[in-house]
Amino acid sequence: MAGLNLTNVAKSYGDVDVLKDINLDIEAGELIVFVGPSGCGKSTLLRMIAGLEKITAGELQIDGLVVNDVPPAQRGIAMVFQSYALYPHMTVRDNMAFALKLAKLSKQEIDDAVNKAADILQLTPYLDRLPKALSGGQRQRVAIGRCIVRDPKVFLFDEPLSNLDAALRVATRLEIAQLKESMPDRTMIYVTHDQVEAMTLATRIVVLANKGISQVGTPLDLYERPENEFVAQFIGSPAMNLFPGEITETGEQTRIALEGGHGSILSAYPSTEADKGGKVNVGIRPEDLQLTDDAENSFTGTVNVQENLGEVTLLFFNPDKEGVDPVIAKLPGIHRGLKGETLNLTANPGKVHVFMDGKSMLYR
Amino acid sequence: MHPALQGLITIIIGVGGCVGYFFFSNYLLDKFLLPARAMTAEQTALRRSLGTIFLFAVPALLVLALYVTAIGVGSIASAGGMFWLLVAVGLIFGLWRLKDFVFASGPTTAGHNISHANMIRPWLFLAPAILALGLYLTYPVFETLRLSLVQRNGGVGFGNYTFMFGEQKFWEAMRNNMLWLIVVPAMSTVFGLLAAQLTDRISWGSIAKMMIFMPMAISMVGASVIWKLIYESRPVDVEQIGILNAVWVAMGGEPQQWLTLPVWNNFFLMIVLVWIQTGFAMVILSAALRGIPEETVEAAIVDGANPFQIFFKIKVPQIMPTIVVVWTTITLVVLKVFDIVFTMTNGQWGTQVLANYMYDKLFRANDWGTGSAAAMIIMLLVTPILVWNVRNARKEMR
Repeated sequence: MAGLNLTNVAKSYGDVDVLKDINLDIEAGELIVFVGPSGCGKSTLLRMIAGLEKITAGELQIDGLVVNDVPPAQRGIAMVFQSYALYPHMTVRDNMAFALKLAKLSKQEIDDAVNKAADILQLTPYLDRLPKALSGGQRQRVAIGRCIVRDPKVFLFDEPLSNLDAALRVATRLEIAQLKESMPDRTMIYVTHDQVEAMTLATRIVVLANKGISQVGTPLDLYERPENEFVAQFIGSPAMNLFPGEITETGEQTRIALEGGHGSILSAYPSTEADKGGKVNVGIRPEDLQLTDDAENSFTGTVNVQENLGEVTLLFFNPDKEGVDPVIAKLPGIHRGLKGETLNLTANPGKVHVFMDGKSMLYR
Repeated sequence: MHPALQGLITIIIGVGGCVGYFFFSNYLLDKFLLPARAMTAEQTALRRSLGTIFLFAVPALLVLALYVTAIGVGSIASAGGMFWLLVAVGLIFGLWRLKDFVFASGPTTAGHNISHANMIRPWLFLAPAILALGLYLTYPVFETLRLSLVQRNGGVGFGNYTFMFGEQKFWEAMRNNMLWLIVVPAMSTVFGLLAAQLTDRISWGSIAKMMIFMPMAISMVGASVIWKLIYESRPVDVEQIGILNAVWVAMGGEPQQWLTLPVWNNFFLMIVLVWIQTGFAMVILSAALRGIPEETVEAAIVDGANPFQIFFKIKVPQIMPTIVVVWTTITLVVLKVFDIVFTMTNGQWGTQVLANYMYDKLFRANDWGTGSAAAMIIMLLVTPILVWNVRNARKEMR
């Protein structure tokens, strides 16, 4: 129903740039998730879309109309705040009806909308309670209900699950996914720092870093084909291992000699003759590393710490030098007594990412 | 001796006395009465007999001696003698129980001594305050009640009250007090709320706040003098030194004796108290406004509320408990208002209030009965509001 277009959108406080040159097209009906490290400006961007922060440069269109100077209430958006921001002095019913009362709807219309939303969110028994008499999850649902009754074009969620405990977080995440499914034509924008939420909910993920957009893509796109080292390490847990190395063979596939005499490794990334001898970083996800007997073309290291999680075993290898992150391997199943062992690791060439100057060689 | 030096000595004695009392009462409790160590049965028995002498026998004899010298054995049969005898017996009984509480029989543990010491400690610290409050607050209340019931002719009854209720000046004071009660808390709270909200949004807000708060630091008498100058009047042909008349004359009016204009002069007096109390309301309400979660305001903006709706439907309801506390606190001040009326009009020209009426009766007419009756009426009006206020303040704290 309503798409959003951000063109060169920027935010600065005085001389300090917080965000710059944000270009993003959001299709109607998408669930877009903004992720990024804390302080990357993801909440600020959401609040700019909501109209709570001024857009200092660029243009924001909702449904084809420029809304830079349109007050929040007339943008056709509704927002769920991190702390829920329920009005503490109003009952659940009044909380949900507040916007409609301000819009001067008839009593009948208001009652219908509130009852319908309460029905969807299973809040009917609590309609006459004050927010303080509700649990965290129920408050969260009231906050969502307050959005639903207004029937907005765009839903905005600002870290809505961060105040819930772990079990409730999973349940509410599913509820939000179902809510989205029941309203396929509504656009939703969701801010989180939790990559599990991002991966499970998003149609497309927007990774924000360094005052701008690092990559936009479907969750699996970001996982399988990260555009740069930042996205590669941000998506996935534990983070992707990076090995410095040098290109030795080019062509359809690329062979890279790992620094520090760790052997060489083959990647399915294509390269040209000119790349030969280029300094690159090889990225391999912990879960893509496999044990091998081949001591030649593999990474060799000594296990420093072993963590047994049952379903997987995490191995932390001694770093080459001080201050470097240890290489981590995630092996499926249970492996006993690997601590102190020297092991050889390799990976399927298709799972070996190559980054030159921080950028993936796939996207050159 | 120089008065400043006297003042300084008073401060030193007062503060030193407080510190000394704290130190020595702790010392006595922890070293002699209930030392924090275990004791055998023999030790406690010895301590018990010593305690009976020093904690019971000596003070009890002192009380008795005091009774005999102050009241005299001869007047034991009179009502006063009986009363004080009961008090003395009560005190001696209390000492006996205290001795039993402090000096247990049989072996004791360190924990027993520490816990008993900690039960006594708060009472020990509170004792001076309780005694002082009892002497200067509780006793006068009952004495005033007694005085209000003793009539001119020496009989006991409600004669003072009926006389007072028959006086036109009393009803004028009642009416004015009610007027004050409605106008001053309302105006102060509203102005305070406005000032709190508006000063939060401007860059020189803290300076503005300071200026508005400043009258709080001036005594009521000082404020009255300032405002008396504002209302000052000079004959037509002389330049006006009161700013109100200066403005009034500049606008083409005749100079007015503002404080003698019936009914209006009440409001001119009220303005003084509003001027003082607005600062108080502003400071408390400003803190409350800052306590409102910013996100609820933002949610209201997204919901489409305009600034007025945000203020009246989101902010004010959230700080309602604080507004009530501020309102009732100012109400209490208003019920007791005395200084302003006393210094500016002394209750003339129809500006009498209860407290000033009481003062007139007590200290000008030397009519103790009627004055005390007026005092009782003021207390009767204040008490329910005070109770309610304390309850609200407690609820706020929770």
